[in-house]
Amino acid sequence: MDALVAQLQMQFRDYTISLYQQGFLDDQFTELKKLQDEGSPDFVAEVLSLFFEDCVKLIGNMARALDQTGTVDYSQVGASVHQLKGSSSSVGAKRVKGLCVTFKEYCEAKNYEGCVRCLQQVDIEYKTLKTKLQDMFNLEKQIIQAGGIVPQVDIN
Amino acid sequence: TESSQFHVLAVDDSLFDRKMIERLLQKSSCQVTTVDSGSKALEFLGLRESDDINDPNAPSTSPQTHQEVEINLIITDYCMPGMTGYDLLKKVKESAAFKSIPVVIMSSENVPARISRCLEEGAEEFFLKPVKLADLTKLKPHMMKTKLKKESEKLAKEENALLIPVIEEDSSVIEILPLSQELESEQHEPMLSSNKRKAMEEVISTDRSRPKYNDITTSV
Repeated sequence: MDALVAQLQMQFRDYTISLYQQGFLDDQFTELKKLQDEGSPDFVAEVLSLFFEDCVKLIGNMARALDQTGTVDYSQVGASVHQLKGSSSSVGAKRVKGLCVTFKEYCEAKNYEGCVRCLQQVDIEYKTLKTKLQDMFNLEKQIIQAGGIVPQVDIN
Repeated sequence: TESSQFHVLAVDDSLFDRKMIERLLQKSSCQVTTVDSGSKALEFLGLRESDDINDPNAPSTSPQTHQEVEINLIITDYCMPGMTGYDLLKKVKESAAFKSIPVVIMSSENVPARISRCLEEGAEEFFLKPVKLADLTKLKPHMMKTKLKKESEKLAKEENALLIPVIEEDSSVIEILPLSQELESEQHEPMLSSNKRKAMEEVISTDRSRPKYNDITTSV
């Protein structure tokens, strides 16, 4: 077996497992991978792309709603948080989802500082995840380019 | 011959969720049509709302439209602007033409009152989002039921058309079971739509999804 492919596959495996262990991803990401097959070979990438677009859009909405000089419409903020919570939950973005839960509570409590803090954190978190996933996809590409196949990673 | 694939109509206002449910259903070997609202769903089915007669934006659907569309199941999000999934469920169940189509509700929120309201209104299942592949295996029996019933009704009509001249000519009593009855006795799932309430109770008591909506703690 090609030494390079084996090495890349091991790197990929270790990296993927670390993402789960560090709480970036959860079981739902595994579920997402099940939906990818020969008929839809780019499904995961497409869904993640949609998700990250959603992040930009929704975080923008939240920032605008919180930027009101005067009264903040917390239901508006909450509506965007709710949507982000839904999509992050669907892709298995565990940390982002967790932040949305806290964020939602601050919205309901109309806690301005709490909301602003959550907004900052969620912004950092989705960007971090995006970078991590990009690295994971790059490893996949390298494996394929080296003539190997991307291994199925058993999280348990 | 009839297509052996089930055709599901999926309703969700979120593009993201539509993409997800579409893939999930395709992966479960279903043909999928997605729409982004309850009113578009009704339009697709060919149902025309009576108060839309004066609405210039109302779809002009011909009576033949709904006969060409064979939908085996409707799966809809609960929270949608305008017509909610619950409203859509009600409209479907109130329609003579479509009330036999099984309806499944999806929601990201675990609200027991919401769940029981939907089940009482006739929803077959209530799925918590994110919906998983394993959840969709629960749909097959519901879709199979209506497909079998439709097919047996169709066959019974054809059979009766053949039998009638025989009965008239022959005075001796011959017990000829219509095909539909034979099919019913062979079905191992005795949940026919005429016993819907009973069936629902059976579903509630044996349904494996029960742990989900009896779990009062918010699942996130």
